[in-house]
Amino acid sequence: MAHETIHTDGTQDPMNVTNPEHAQRHIVRPLQYTYVFGTLLLFTGITIGVAYIDLKWANPVIALGIACFQATIGILFFMHVAYQSRLIKITIGVGFFLFLVLVTMTMGDYVSRAWGMW
Amino acid sequence: MDNALASTGLTTQPAPDPHPHETAVHAEHEHVALPQHRHHFETEEQQREAGSFGMWLFLVTEIMFFGGMFFAYLLYRNWYYPAFAAASSQLSVPLGGTNTAILITSGFCMALGVWAAEVRRRKMLVVTLILTTLFGLAFLGIKYDEYHEKYELHHIPGNNFNVSQFVNPAAYGIKEEPLAPDMAQKTQIFFFLYFAMTGMHAVHLIIGIGLLFWLTWRAHRGDFSSGYVAPIENFGLYWHFIDIVWLFLFPLLYLINRHPLH
Repeated sequence: MAHETIHTDGTQDPMNVTNPEHAQRHIVRPLQYTYVFGTLLLFTGITIGVAYIDLKWANPVIALGIACFQATIGILFFMHVAYQSRLIKITIGVGFFLFLVLVTMTMGDYVSRAWGMW
Repeated sequence: MDNALASTGLTTQPAPDPHPHETAVHAEHEHVALPQHRHHFETEEQQREAGSFGMWLFLVTEIMFFGGMFFAYLLYRNWYYPAFAAASSQLSVPLGGTNTAILITSGFCMALGVWAAEVRRRKMLVVTLILTTLFGLAFLGIKYDEYHEKYELHHIPGNNFNVSQFVNPAAYGIKEEPLAPDMAQKTQIFFFLYFAMTGMHAVHLIIGIGLLFWLTWRAHRGDFSSGYVAPIENFGLYWHFIDIVWLFLFPLLYLINRHPLH
């Protein structure tokens, strides 16, 4: 009986036992995948086009910005993170944050050395 | 608070089932009968959540793995920018761009495959997995062509590396500023990172294609068309992750300096 009805709003499971992570099943529809697919292709075209325009320092910034945008919609919709539990969302966020911490600390070491002065 | 909720929940429950024993046994049986459900998980939702969580922890370690190489790229690009710009311009944007589109299409097929498994369409799942594999193989084919061109031009780092295209580009009909010989040697660092990063990316693809053969066979057998989606979904996460790594590799390696002033 306990397994028959599982809802994630807590009304059927006040002690939070059967589904403690509040996992929800969400099936992403093919139409939505098609939108994401089109957007990824479109922005690949944009990133190639922009690379041929001289924008000085802004070129790598725009290229990385587009790549980050593409990665974000890929992670949210192709990889279903938009519909995952908070536990998984936070874990992924922590992963990227930790990577940024490591890059920042290593860069801090790199820029603060007296290169060529010893 | 929990007790209060529980007691209000009790008051709203419908009248007792006239055949409580039968219903309970049915529900219990139906649940336990699913072959993929492991007894140490309370519910299938919990099992699936634990699986996704584990897969994501693995992918986070993969971010760190590729992240190390991206960091090396960041440092050396700042250090030897002229060499990186000149070497990057020797890569083919049409081939790289085509490969990007192929990989995105492969990811789209994989996403459709996850949907097909969710709605229990066996044939569609098999077809989407085969398409995913074919696009993955097409990517590797183009990658092989690019590697082969670098081999012929002696642009693979090592003893046979040839800097002549970079110190005297005009002789090869290349409209780039010539590099000083010491800076031209640093193009080896770009090509080393190019082969290391795209090579590790390709290794991930080859592993993925191996897994796809196995998953396609199992999907054909009907393993994933009766509500057991987790292997397809978790493989999909891996495959999309590889796509996303490439979405960063492509602009960083191919598009550094495509707008020479002259």
